[in-house]
Order: sequence, then structure tokens, then C-alpha cells
Amino acid sequence: MAEYKGVLVFGEAGNGKLAAITAELLGGARKLANDLGAPLSAVFVGSEVKGLAQEAIAFGADKVYVVDNPILKDYQTDAYLLAMEKVVGQVLPQVVLMGQTAIGRDLAPRFAFRLKTTATMDCVDLAIDPASKRLLQTKPVYGGNAHGVFTSATDPQVATVRAKTMTPLPHDPSRQGETIDVKVDIDPSTVKARLIQKVAQAVEGVRLEDARVVVSGGRGIGGADGFKPLEEVAKLLKGAVGASRPACDNGWVPNVRLIGLTGKIIGPELYLAVGISGSSQHMAGCSTAKNIVAINKDPEANIIKQARYCVIGDWRKVLPAFTAKLKELLAS
Amino acid sequence: MNIIVCVKQVVDPEAPPSAFKIDPAANRMVLGPGVMSVLSPFDEYAVEAALRIKDKQPAKITALSLGANLQREVVKKPLSMGADALVLLDDEAFAGGDSWSTAYALAMAIRKIGSYDLILCGRQASDWDAGLVGSGIAEILGLPSVTVAKKIEVADGKARVERIVSDGYEVVETPLPALVTVSNELGQARYPTIKGIMTAKKIEPVVWKPADIGVDPAQIGAAGRKTNLLKLFQPVREGKCEVIGGQTPEEAGANLALKLRDAKLL
Repeated sequence: MAEYKGVLVFGEAGNGKLAAITAELLGGARKLANDLGAPLSAVFVGSEVKGLAQEAIAFGADKVYVVDNPILKDYQTDAYLLAMEKVVGQVLPQVVLMGQTAIGRDLAPRFAFRLKTTATMDCVDLAIDPASKRLLQTKPVYGGNAHGVFTSATDPQVATVRAKTMTPLPHDPSRQGETIDVKVDIDPSTVKARLIQKVAQAVEGVRLEDARVVVSGGRGIGGADGFKPLEEVAKLLKGAVGASRPACDNGWVPNVRLIGLTGKIIGPELYLAVGISGSSQHMAGCSTAKNIVAINKDPEANIIKQARYCVIGDWRKVLPAFTAKLKELLAS
Repeated sequence: MNIIVCVKQVVDPEAPPSAFKIDPAANRMVLGPGVMSVLSPFDEYAVEAALRIKDKQPAKITALSLGANLQREVVKKPLSMGADALVLLDDEAFAGGDSWSTAYALAMAIRKIGSYDLILCGRQASDWDAGLVGSGIAEILGLPSVTVAKKIEVADGKARVERIVSDGYEVVETPLPALVTVSNELGQARYPTIKGIMTAKKIEPVVWKPADIGVDPAQIGAAGRKTNLLKLFQPVREGKCEVIGGQTPEEAGANLALKLRDAKLL
């Protein structure tokens, strides 16, 4: 019976650099590895990704495994599964962590089932139980109305982690670690579900994930035109425009603006929520904002409970006055 | 073509947050009065995806659901939307499972159904929000899988799937048979029609027990779990919202700008 030991973080690239989620994961995983008395490793799967290894070491990894192969340039389920199978067969980690990202959501479930183990998705907290030494996996359930704490009976214990729930260690470029190349031969005919095309639906301006200020609209906006006043405020504050599910489902804004459980998870300095009731699945996307400000005509709206400031009133009257005063204050 | 759609009966996720309470001793959710059971919303999108394929070419759609004491009016909804058949794994032995034991039971049922070109699932269920069962079924059955689809087209023994990624979408092509999980970006699911509801009334679901699909009761439901739920709790949220007022909504708006400036948030 193979003995599983250590924590392995699946690393990702973002704009050619180490993805923010990977630095966060390494920060959280460092503590888990320390509590287990075991090493912390990272793995990068892709093409020309070796440069990320030193960054992972600087953020806390002891060893970095690199699977570098042109067929892995873009994510494809079958190819990445083979790569991870090979690495995990070599490393035998007791815990495997991935971000709850486009890749993690697709890769983690199938990867876990292939190894005859299970995965807990979208965790907001991870800890090692001092008595059993098993991984305690906390995740929101019932759309965020409750949290469940799970353990897995089998190794490796696989979990995906929500963005902005863990904190990176301070970046230490002097940190030493080992980089290990893992050669994986992938027969192209084993890649059944093939990526044919990538279509970017970029929105102009600041990326939602990077914006210091996000102005977001919900069902109360009533239509695509209603978003224009929000865009004006976002522009004045050099921010980005987001939306809740009803606004996206109704086609008032493109889906890439969705903030929520199945959309983007963001944590801006200021989150201005206009005509958004604050359903649990929406709050999952914005609850880590430093300051939530709500404009809503319903004083019982769920979002009020998590807001720092609110105005109870019709946004169609409140927002123009807010914008006018804003312009005045910014000009002075 | 033969399509199987997996659908789950869940507690209505649109019920107000105040209706959700936890019984900490039993580690279970307790529902407020009047909270209904519905089809998990992403599974409705999966049914809609199947119907859009059937709109364009001959197809037989079989809905498949697992649970205990399933409410017929809930699990028959795919039929009223236009699906052709319904298979239920309805037994206490199937209940209380996790993604592992649930995917196993569903995969065995799909094997018994026998012929399929496409299996569709919602991307995640609205109760446990896991998003594992679809991919798990694909792995057990050895099928290619594509997740979070917003569009599925089928031709020449292949599926062409547009799937959501954070900055747009990807186009993925897979040979059939395959499994695809469906997301709400597919677009509005159709409402049942009067004709659909009448037809659904006349269709008797096929009900299978564990022995019918050749599964060992120890590997399904609560008995077959690989995860343990240690604790279920509701995180405490402190409401410290400062209400910014004014004589008129306009005045309140102006006051909000002033308050945010004073708080150095602008």
C-alpha cells in the first residue's frame, strides 16, 4: 500500500506570471504542510512554464514539479489528467490542492475519481485536525446559506480553494527550493475532448478582479440602458462594472461581468451594489470586498446585512445625485 | 440519438435565506414552513440543452433521477418540458450519499439503460454546490467530458460545445458518447406546456431499486460515502450597516458621496 505524504499545490499562470490564486494556495498550504510535518510541493503543467517554478519557491514551495510539453499549452481535460496522474504517482502527496478556477473546476473532480478518491470543491477554509491529522475542508453549501466541514476517507485528499480566502506568504526571492522536470508522453489520440478555439469576450477597461472599485447592478436596474449610469460612476472612480445573475441572465450585460458563486469572486476596496438584493450566491462573489455600499429600495434586502453603508431608496433618484456630488468632489 | 439527462430534486434555492436553519445536533438543514422542492436549476438547463438538440434532429430524451421518496410532480418536470422517458432510482438505500456514491449509482443505472450518445448534467446541484457527479459519472463510464457548457451542437457522431471560461468561452469538440455539464449561460429554459403536462401525466416512470441495477447497497447512498460531514453551521454575519439618509432620495445620494469621501473611499 503506497504511503501518501505531503501537500501538493497545482499551480497556474496568470498573464505569464504566477496566478494570484497560486500564491494564495501556497500561503495556506504552507501551514497545512507544517502541521503535517511534511513537505510542500507545487506542480506546473503546461508549455514553457518552467519560469514559474522559482516564483512558487519564493512563495513557499519546497519542491516544484514541472510537466512541460507543447501538447499542454492550453488546458485540455484528458491531457492534464494524464500529466497529473503521472506526477501524483511519483510524488504520492497526501493532500492535493487546486484553485476553484476554470481549470480547477474541471480537473479536480475527474482527477479525484480517477484516483478512486474524492474532492471537496470551493473550500473557504482548510485545516489539519490535530487528533486525526486529516484535512478539515470547509465549504459553503445551500448557495452559501450554510457552511459544511468535511473530511475525506481516502488519500490523496483533494480540495479546490476559493479565490481570496487564503493569504500568500511574503514573497522571498532568496528562498531556496528544488525544481524537478517530470517527463510525460501524451499520445494526442488520447485527448478525446479537443480544444478547437478560444473566444475572448474582453470588456474594455479595468479587469474586475483587479479593480479597486466595482460598481455592480442587479435585477433592480431593469434593462441594459440602466447600466449606463453605473458605467459613468465606474469611469469616474477608475473602476469596473459588475452584475448579479438576473442582469446577466436577462442579457443586460455580458456574462463575463457576473459576480457570484459561478462567476467572479472579487475583493475590491469599494463594492457599490445598485439594485442588488444580495442572494447568497451573489454574496459569495463580493463578500470579501472591504466596503460594500448598497443602494436598494428594500430595507430587508439581504445585502444590507453585509453592507457598510446603504441608502434605502430608488436608485434612479439616488444614483444621479450621488454621481453629481461625486463629480463635484473629484473636481475640487 | 439517445440522450440521458441527470436531474436532482433539491430544496428550492430561491427560498429566502431566513428559511434555512441548521439542526446542529443532527448536522442537517431544517426547512422553514412552505419551502418547496424543485428540480436543481442547473439540471433544468441540462434538460433544455437536450430539448434544443431534439428540436433539430430525432432524439429520445430519458431523464434520470436519484433519491428517496422523490416527489413525482418535481421529477416529472423534464417530461412536461418535452423529455420522453423517466427513470427513477428511488429508495432509502440511495439517499444520504456523497458525490462518490451518487455518481456510482447513476453510472450503473446509465449502464443498465444501455444505449446513449450523450449524457447531460447540471454543472452543480443547488444544495451541496459540489459540481463533482457529472465528471465522476464520465470517469466511471470512461467517457470524454466537457463541463460548464453554454451551447451544445451535435452532428456526425461528435458534439461541439462552447464552454464558459473567465474571460469568454472555449470551443471544445468531442466524439460521442460523451458527458457534458450545462451552465445557466445556455439561456432561458422553456416552460412546460399544457400539452407537455398532459403527456407527462400519462408517462409512468421506471423505478429501479439497488438490485435492479446490480449495485451492492454498501457502495451506494450513505453507506458508500467517501466523505464525512463533520459539521454543518451558519456563519454569523454582523449587521453594522450605516444607513445614509436625507430628506429626499436625491439628498441621500449626495450625502452618500460625502460620506464615502470622508471615509476616504473615493
